[in-house]
Parts: sequence; C-alpha cells; structure tokens
Amino acid sequence: MTTRKVLIAALAVVVPIASAVADGGVFDEYREMMGDDNPAIFVIEEGEEFWLQELGPKQVSLETCDLGLGPGVVAGAYAQLPRYFADTDQVMDLESRLVHCMVELQGRDPEDVHAKPYSLRGDMGTEIEALAAWIADQSSGVPIAPGQDQPQERAMYDLGEQLFYYRAGPHDFSCATCHGQDGARIRLQALGNLAKHEDAASAYASWPAYRISEGVVRTMGWRMRDCFRQQRLPELIMGSEASVALQMYLAVNAAGAPMSAPGLKR
Amino acid sequence: MTIMKIKWAGLLAVTLVPIMAVADQTYDVLSQSMRAKNSVSMDRLTQDSLQAYCSKPRDEANYSTAAAIRESRLAAIAMPADGVFVGDWRQGHDVANNGRGLQYSDDPSQPNGGNCYACHQLDPREVAYGTIGPSLTNYGARGQSDVMLRYTWTKIWDTHAYNVCSHMPRFGAQGILTEQQIKDVMAYLMDPDSPVNRPVEE
Ligand code: HEC
Ligand code: HEC
Repeated sequence: MTTRKVLIAALAVVVPIASAVADGGVFDEYREMMGDDNPAIFVIEEGEEFWLQELGPKQVSLETCDLGLGPGVVAGAYAQLPRYFADTDQVMDLESRLVHCMVELQGRDPEDVHAKPYSLRGDMGTEIEALAAWIADQSSGVPIAPGQDQPQERAMYDLGEQLFYYRAGPHDFSCATCHGQDGARIRLQALGNLAKHEDAASAYASWPAYRISEGVVRTMGWRMRDCFRQQRLPELIMGSEASVALQMYLAVNAAGAPMSAPGLKR
Repeated sequence: MTIMKIKWAGLLAVTLVPIMAVADQTYDVLSQSMRAKNSVSMDRLTQDSLQAYCSKPRDEANYSTAAAIRESRLAAIAMPADGVFVGDWRQGHDVANNGRGLQYSDDPSQPNGGNCYACHQLDPREVAYGTIGPSLTNYGARGQSDVMLRYTWTKIWDTHAYNVCSHMPRFGAQGILTEQQIKDVMAYLMDPDSPVNRPVEE
C-alpha cells in the first residue's frame, strides 16, 4: 500500500463518526488536503483492468461490449446514456448494459452478476463500481446527451417524471419532496431542485462519485437505490426500469452540461 | 354517512379516475423494479387516494377535490384521548432529532423518530437543520391557547387537513409517531422552557 492509500483507508474509518455531527468541517479539510486528487483515480485504474480481464465461462473480456457508440468504444459513451438499444429492444443505462454484456459476451449467470452489485460499507469496491468509474471518466468534459430521438426514449423520460413525483410509503415522500425546491437542504446537505437544468446538471455530471464517508465509488444507480431507501420504499433493483427511467429524467434535465465524473462527495 | 360526506366521496371517485390510470402504470413499473427488504414490504408502493392526488408532476390543482380531501382529513384527526396536548419537551427533543424509522436499514424494535430537524429550524443553537419547511424557532411565542394547541396537534397529526399536498409527513394519521411522542414534540415546540423558545445568549 502506498502512503496515500493508507491515509485514505484511515479517513474512511474516521469520517463516518464526524458525519453524524455535520457536513463541512472534516470533509472540507479533507478536500483541501487532497487538492485535485480524487481517490477515485485508483478505482478508475481498476475499472480498466476489469474491462480487459477475461472472465466468465467464455473467458472473454468486455472489449467488444457496445455501450451505444459501437463495440468497444468507451470514450464519450457514458455521456450518451441512457439510450435505446436495438439488440435488446430496451432503453438501458450503464449498469443494465454492463450486465447485458457480462451475460451475453462472457456467458456469466445474471443472478451472480446481480448478487452484490454495490459494496457494503467497509468493503472493497465491486466490479460494477470500478467499471462505472472508468467508463464515466472516459466521458470527462463530454456534454450530457442521452437518447431522445426514439419514441421508447421519450416514453422513458415521461415515466421518469411520473416516478419523480410518485408519493408513497408511510411518509408520503416522493423524490420531489426533497429535490423539488430551489436551495433547500436536509440538515446541512444541499438537495438541489432536480427538475431544473442547473441543479440536475451539477448532480448528474458528478456521478459516479467517490464517497468519502464510505471510502468507495458509488454509481448513479446506487444513488437512486439509497434515495428510495430514505423514501421508506423497498429496495431498487440495479438496472431495473424504474432506475433507468429516473436516470433518463435526470440526464435529460441535465443535457448539454459537460460530464465531470467521478465526483467527490461527503 | 351524511349527505355532505356522500357528495365528497362521489367527487373524489370522479376526479381520481384519470389520475389513477397513470398511477397504476407507474405502480406496475415500481413493483417490477423493487424487492421487499427486511421490514419493508412491497405494499409500501400502493398509494392511498391522498398520495395519488398529490403525485401530479405539474400543478394541475383541482380545487373541489382538494377541498374534499381537506374535509375528510380534518374529520379523521384524533385529538389526545385524555385532552392533554403537551408532554415533556426533553423527550420531544429526542423525537425531533431522531431521523430513523421505517427504512429497511432501521431496527424496527426501536422507536420511530419525527426527524423534524431534517426540514425545520427549532433550537436556534442547532446549526444542522433543514429548510424544506418553515423555521419553528420561538414557536412558543404564539402561546398555548386552545386554538394553538388544536392547530399544532392537527399539523403534526395530518397537516393535509389544512394544507393538501404539503410535503410534511402525516405523523399521527400514518402511525409514524405515537400519541405520547406527539405530546412530547408539542412540548418541545410550545413549552417556554424548551430550548426552541430560549433565545441564544449574546
Ligand atoms: C427523504 C429525503 C429524500 C428523498 C425522498 C430523495 N432524496 Fe435524493 N438525496 C437526499 C439527500 C439527503 C441527498 C444528499 C445525500 C448526501 O449528501 O449523502 C440526496 C442526493 C441525491 C442525488 C445526488 C445529488 C448530488 O448533487 O450529488 C440525486 C441525483 C438524488 N438524490 C436523486 C433522488 C431521486 C431520483 C429520488 C427519488 C427516487 C430521491 N433523490 C429521493 C434526500 C432525499
Ligand atoms: C419532510 C419535511 C418535513 C418534516 C420531516 C417535518 N415537517 Fe413540519 N412542515 C413541513 C412543511 C413543508 C411545512 C409547511 C407546509 C405545511 O404547513 O404543511 C411544515 C409545517 C409545520 C408546522 C406549521 C408551521 C406554522 O407556521 O404554522 C408545524 C407546527 C410543523 N411543521 C411541525 C413539525 C414537527 C413537530 C415535525 C416533526 C415531528 C415536523 N414538522 C416534520 C415539512 C416537514
């Protein structure tokens, strides 16, 4: 381990305690100390290794996986997701597309791939998290431009909007409860009005992100799952229609802004 | 049922039909996109009529429906059985601070929190407060008249009885907090000794 990796590991342990008190403080100091360095750089490297690794019963890499710009094209691919794929006749986000490639190209069992897509607190990051970090990094600076030409893509946006305002559960929360006002916050955490371009852009462009409090890279799909948890609803399945639809809604609201992921979050 | 009540029920049924059709589709997608976990079951996805009415993306307010909902919510408020509205503000502080409860990551054997600080400023010394709702600092200055007690109880029990489609949870009507917890949080808001009502020393 390099000194820096040790330092990051140490912080990952210390920080969650401080986060119970407030944002700011420790996190700001940490950000200052790290300067432009985002610990996600190690995860990005790992992601590229996963992409090239020969895995599954077929022992092939993901190098011919088509993320929407043609087989094997990764540069700029994240920024044009979610989009419609003719081969599956589905609108897909990065995660559902990666699962598709793992199953079709590598011959892997979909249940295995879905078993633990996201790391638990204190674990090492997962394959999906690493791949997402690398693939998103390959879209740095590229304007967000999800598919909206196909009727299926526009229907996905409409569904995402319906979901954003769907109130349910004992607390009657929808996404809009917490993310429907300008400048509002919960405790000290800024929420953003995700129905508006500026706030949707700064949020969407920065995911996947390295979460300091958890010491791992989190994907936008994970963000959707964790917000549904706070909404008091059941667990969101990675790559599911609701996950894709909400990401489509956010991506279209954010369209035009340049990607700058992986971001760095509290 | 009184004639008025029948009229409201009819109005609700007519105006909610088109809303329900879209909501059904959204419900189907959600139920295929999720799985039950720990104490959180799939029936959480089913909307009641209030939730369905308050889920429209753009504000297409239908005033007669809103009035009918408001009346039906008001009729369902349960005032404290013993007529005592305020409990212990120290206990109320814990209720207001606790953000846990009813998430699949929470221990169901622990009491639910009210999480008031997520949305409201209360004790002026607490810096980590949210701004989704208005500041309630110095709420006690409004006094403890019968009107204030009933108003505040109603807001906490089910704020939709005044303000249909408010973003504040229905703490009493949905069984999030117990009657005793609501009394304690009432005291936290209204008791002159509560830190909510004590100015910051210069
Ligand atoms: C009960 C409150 C609540 C609800 C409901 C909620 N969120 Fe969140 N959301 C938060 C909080 C708090 C954060 C910031 C978390 C943090 O800083 O760790 C957040 C963060 C986010 C972010 C990242 C913003 C950024 O700039 O990094 C996105 C995107 C998001 N939420 C989308 C959603 C969507 C979509 C839904 C509905 C499925 C939703 N949220 C429901 C509270 C909520
Ligand atoms: C998710 C956000 C949220 C939470 C959590 C929340 N509130 Fe509210 N509250 C609001 C909003 C928004 C309003 C304003 C709209 C309304 O009156 O319904 C409000 C209004 C109020 C009012 C009326 C204020 C006035 O000036 O008349 C009271 C009293 C109140 N809340 C108390 C509480 C208490 C006590 C708790 C915790 C047990 C709580 N709230 C939790 C969002 C919230």
